[in-house]
Amino acid sequence: MKGYEKNGVLSLKDIRLPSKKQLEKGVAILECVQEIPCNPCVDSCPVNAISMKNINAVPVNDFDKCIGCGKCVGLCPGLAIFVVKIKDGKASITLPYEFLPVPVVGDNVEVLDRNGKKNGTGLVKRVVKIGKTMVITVEVDEKFAMDIRNIRVKK
Amino acid sequence: MHAAGVKKLSTSLKYDSPRGFFCGIGKCSSCLMRVDGVPNVRTCIAPLREGIYVDMQDKLADLPDARFVGEPKKKIETDVLVVGAGPAGMCAAIESAEHGARVLVVDENQCVGGQLIKQTHKFFGSKQENAGTRGIMIAKELEEKLRELEKTGKVKVMTDSTVIGYYEGDKRHRFGVVERRSDYSSVFYEVECNSVIIACGAMENMLLFPGNDLPGVYGAGAVQTLMNVYGVKPGSKVVMVGAGNVGLIVSYQLLQAGIDVDRVVEAAPFIGGYNVHAAKLCRCGVPIQTSHSIKEVYGKDGVEGAIVVGLDAKWQPIPGSEEKVECDTVCLAVGLTPAIRLLSQIGAETEFIPEAGGYVALHDDSMQTTVKGVYVAGDSSGIEEASTAMIEGKMAGLSAAISLGHKSKENQNLLEQYREELEKLRAGPFGEKPRAAKTKITSFMEKKR
Repeated sequence: MKGYEKNGVLSLKDIRLPSKKQLEKGVAILECVQEIPCNPCVDSCPVNAISMKNINAVPVNDFDKCIGCGKCVGLCPGLAIFVVKIKDGKASITLPYEFLPVPVVGDNVEVLDRNGKKNGTGLVKRVVKIGKTMVITVEVDEKFAMDIRNIRVKK
Repeated sequence: MHAAGVKKLSTSLKYDSPRGFFCGIGKCSSCLMRVDGVPNVRTCIAPLREGIYVDMQDKLADLPDARFVGEPKKKIETDVLVVGAGPAGMCAAIESAEHGARVLVVDENQCVGGQLIKQTHKFFGSKQENAGTRGIMIAKELEEKLRELEKTGKVKVMTDSTVIGYYEGDKRHRFGVVERRSDYSSVFYEVECNSVIIACGAMENMLLFPGNDLPGVYGAGAVQTLMNVYGVKPGSKVVMVGAGNVGLIVSYQLLQAGIDVDRVVEAAPFIGGYNVHAAKLCRCGVPIQTSHSIKEVYGKDGVEGAIVVGLDAKWQPIPGSEEKVECDTVCLAVGLTPAIRLLSQIGAETEFIPEAGGYVALHDDSMQTTVKGVYVAGDSSGIEEASTAMIEGKMAGLSAAISLGHKSKENQNLLEQYREELEKLRAGPFGEKPRAAKTKITSFMEKKR
């Protein structure tokens, strides 16, 4: 049995990761590892980078094609897609956020890993609405690029 | 009443222990109270009106004289009666009406939509099944279609109404329908139809442990109803029991409502729901404990805490692993049982199929049961997802229309197309249970022939 089947938390080994060069461009990382009947990410992609063999297959992102636009981040029903871009020692992480209050650009918010553990703070760089889902881009230190997957905004 | 802090609605027959509501959707009987002198009112679905008097009833309430207004009884004739206006029922009604049938839809809730109206999360599936759209929006879209058809006279919708029984007819099916008025009086209707589609969903399962009847032990659907339909917080700190999709999704919605979820416990050694739902909770810091369950819930007039216990490989409690968790709400998401009472009263043959959630009415691949003209769709035909319920609804609705004489090559092709869509959705590893259930149902049906 895989670890995430027991505790819900994915490890990096479970996820298909982009190369360093692809990360510099900024690409969508699909943290969707089970065969579930779902494919809106495929339909949402403007450059047809995301593909699936059938509706139950695990989606695969062609990191070379991916332009890191983040459309899929807002449309994935499982909130399982994150765009990560690394530049000048900083990582900007674009994630879906379904809580109130919604942060505004310039806010410093708590940043959390896949276990919900706080890992310092991050700077909110971008706040957009895709469909009816808020999509937030937060900037953290490069070394947290593959760990930070949530934010907490103090009320 | 819950918002005002009234959680105790009755006392148990034998020990006088306090009891609250459990299912919150009018399926169980733990919320029965006397309203303006009328006993046995399911207060969880009774609309509130200024000036009404609600009190706890004697344990076995004396029934007052029946007060049916509008005597003699009214009669409604229709081609197709749809019982239940959830995802399956609404799709069935729309499909039937669009293919030429006159349809009457009856639902016991105040509004149509069934459980969809409390699903604030985005749905899975493909474009055809509205993937990426939130359940509540799907309910709105379906209701708009239904209301359009109602304007043209093809559909009539009766809410606050219950189908109370089946009566044999010569050639057509006959049902009794009771419509509840806002003054808690009722009107009785006799409905005569050629076909009926039963899509009345399912009931939340209960779990056995001491204290399971304390106010504050609620079904997951009840918690969702309080939060997402009525805007009332079910409590301030919750222990969720069950890590299937329902338990995971409702836990996340509790967090969104600003309620503390202490943990999710799951008796099985693995998480049953989708990892994407589990991961959302984990990212918010909610631990999911597999091989753990509730040993008991304690409290005087309501839940004050729970004892969580670890389970061994044989699902037996491990002595010494007990942990006391203070909380005011324990939410049960331990599966559903298909609602088949009306189907069995009609005489449709049923079988116990564990993968379907319990007893289900046998049906063919057009959703017709062993009784001609009686169809089933959605959770009533086996516990599954809203996406598959909608397709089953369409199949039942189309089949009913075809049997009424709207037979054409086009309609047959469409029916086949729906079958293929269903098959696709069930093809993955998470479709294993429904696949097994439907295979068993098919083989039972073949034996009957």
